Amino acid sequence: MSTYAAAAPGRLVAHSGYLTTRSVRALIRQPWFVGATLVQPIVWLLLFGQLFKSLVHLPGFPAASGSYLEFITPGVIMMTALFSSGWAGTVYIEDMNRGVMDRLLASPVSRGAMMIGTLAYQAITTIIQASIVLAIAYACGTRFDGAADGIPITLLAAVLLTVVFAALSNAMALLTRQQETLIGISQFLSLPLPFLASALMDTRLAPSWVRHVANYNPVDWVVVISRQALSASPDWGAIWPRLGAITALAVVMAWVATRAFGAYQRSI
Amino acid sequence: MTARLQERADPPAATRDIALDARDLVKTYPAGHGKDPVRALDGLSISIASGCVFGLLGPNGAGKSTAVKILTTLSRADSGTATVAGIDVRLAPDRVRRAIGLVSQKASSDPMATGRENLVLAARIQGLPRLAARARADELLDRFGLGDAADRLVRTYSGGMARKLDVAIGLIHRPQVLFLDEPTTGLDPQARAEMWAEIARLAGDDQVTVLLTTHYLDEADRLADRLAIIDHGRIVVEGTPDELKAELHGDTVQVELTGPDATGAALRHLERLPGLDGVVADGSTLHARAELGARAVPTLLTSLDDAGIVVASVTVARPSLDDVYLRYAGHTFEGDQA
Repeated sequence: MSTYAAAAPGRLVAHSGYLTTRSVRALIRQPWFVGATLVQPIVWLLLFGQLFKSLVHLPGFPAASGSYLEFITPGVIMMTALFSSGWAGTVYIEDMNRGVMDRLLASPVSRGAMMIGTLAYQAITTIIQASIVLAIAYACGTRFDGAADGIPITLLAAVLLTVVFAALSNAMALLTRQQETLIGISQFLSLPLPFLASALMDTRLAPSWVRHVANYNPVDWVVVISRQALSASPDWGAIWPRLGAITALAVVMAWVATRAFGAYQRSI
Repeated sequence: MTARLQERADPPAATRDIALDARDLVKTYPAGHGKDPVRALDGLSISIASGCVFGLLGPNGAGKSTAVKILTTLSRADSGTATVAGIDVRLAPDRVRRAIGLVSQKASSDPMATGRENLVLAARIQGLPRLAARARADELLDRFGLGDAADRLVRTYSGGMARKLDVAIGLIHRPQVLFLDEPTTGLDPQARAEMWAEIARLAGDDQVTVLLTTHYLDEADRLADRLAIIDHGRIVVEGTPDELKAELHGDTVQVELTGPDATGAALRHLERLPGLDGVVADGSTLHARAELGARAVPTLLTSLDDAGIVVASVTVARPSLDDVYLRYAGHTFEGDQA
């Protein structure tokens, strides 16, 4: 009813809040899913930490304090954020398969709030997963010299990466409207990206083409941001441009994905 | 061809408030490479008076859901205009969304939330303050007999309960117009009867105008104050259920042949018989109308027998909406469902 109509910005914030709450509540009601979400980053960290731990002995491998776990902690945080956010669009697909999407689109909820709601939910998941990775790394004896600045910056970078890929996943969901297609595209994109970056391996030891690709790979940007910020003497000249680039990309992707509601509505 | 039993410009309709008015809606969908686009709506016009339950009756694919999507701002017509609660759906979709409730064809509640949470979320989105939202949710849970299940997850609900919740969600903000898109499809007879009772209360208790789409003739007959039959994206006839049935004088006679081969010959024979009119063929079945059905049957059988056409069965009945449908759409309703 129009008498209750709030001003647009207030409405956007309020509606985003309602929809984020809806997703978080649905998450905690699926204990198996919560379990998998929490265990997955631990498995990555310990598995890759063991598998590749002799990499640090390679000539030229730049782990200052000598621990591979320290090297891959930022990489595992970003990989986890990437893989989780690729699934973001499945929530939309489920809503489409039921009548929830149509009902919401025929209600006064803003498209922006529908996007922000799912992105905020993904961001919360990422923060929890990243915190677990950091806690396990600590428990295994890893210490980050730059933790005071480094941890907040790592979490920020992980959230921005999440926004980029969750928005992409949401846009794909709205355009393809099919679970299988969405997951196929998402896997195709997200599997190679951590390996075309310095997530697990220093790119200076990789072929030069990998180094070039990594320069344009958002996953590499955030790994570099996190690794630098957590180090004893961060190279801020490497952090700021990448942080600017990932922020800009996140804003653009969220905007593009919100526009995809229009494409969805034209197709139904 | 459009036949209207009552012109829309009749004084009663014109003096009453119009809750929904659609004019010449056209909607096409691309059909893929090299194919002509599918014309889902082909000049659909309807006008619904305030407080009326209006039935839009037609088989799957007739354009019912497309019409609902355009009128609820989900989709846009290629051409034509529509106002809902006096608001243009194309110019002010956000205002329309505050004035309408939508119960879509598919279950539209969140299965991972409780009934109460679903209602409160819908209320908050419509702008109700927290306390008003909770109070309205409680009121609707009680009314739809969902009080005991209010705090259970919707995924544990039966089909009938989930459907009632969908209607409650549609009513949460006391909309002026409620769209019920095939509300009883997939429900068992018991749940369907309960849903019918709820729908029957809507116009009275909630003073809401209802646009009900259905492919069940009995549902339209029972619930709709007025109904329109939609076929291939256009309204072919409109009126009250009684008016539509009264159009068909006398009885309906249905002749079932043993196969479709002789249909053409049988049709020619029956068309010549006195006392029978409106003869149409549909597969191996012939339909006709007779002032007195029982009297027409002997001559009919003799005529077909003389022509060597084998008859499997003959039935005589009072006209139903199916016959109305047959007359205006030119084919039977059940035939279309197949």
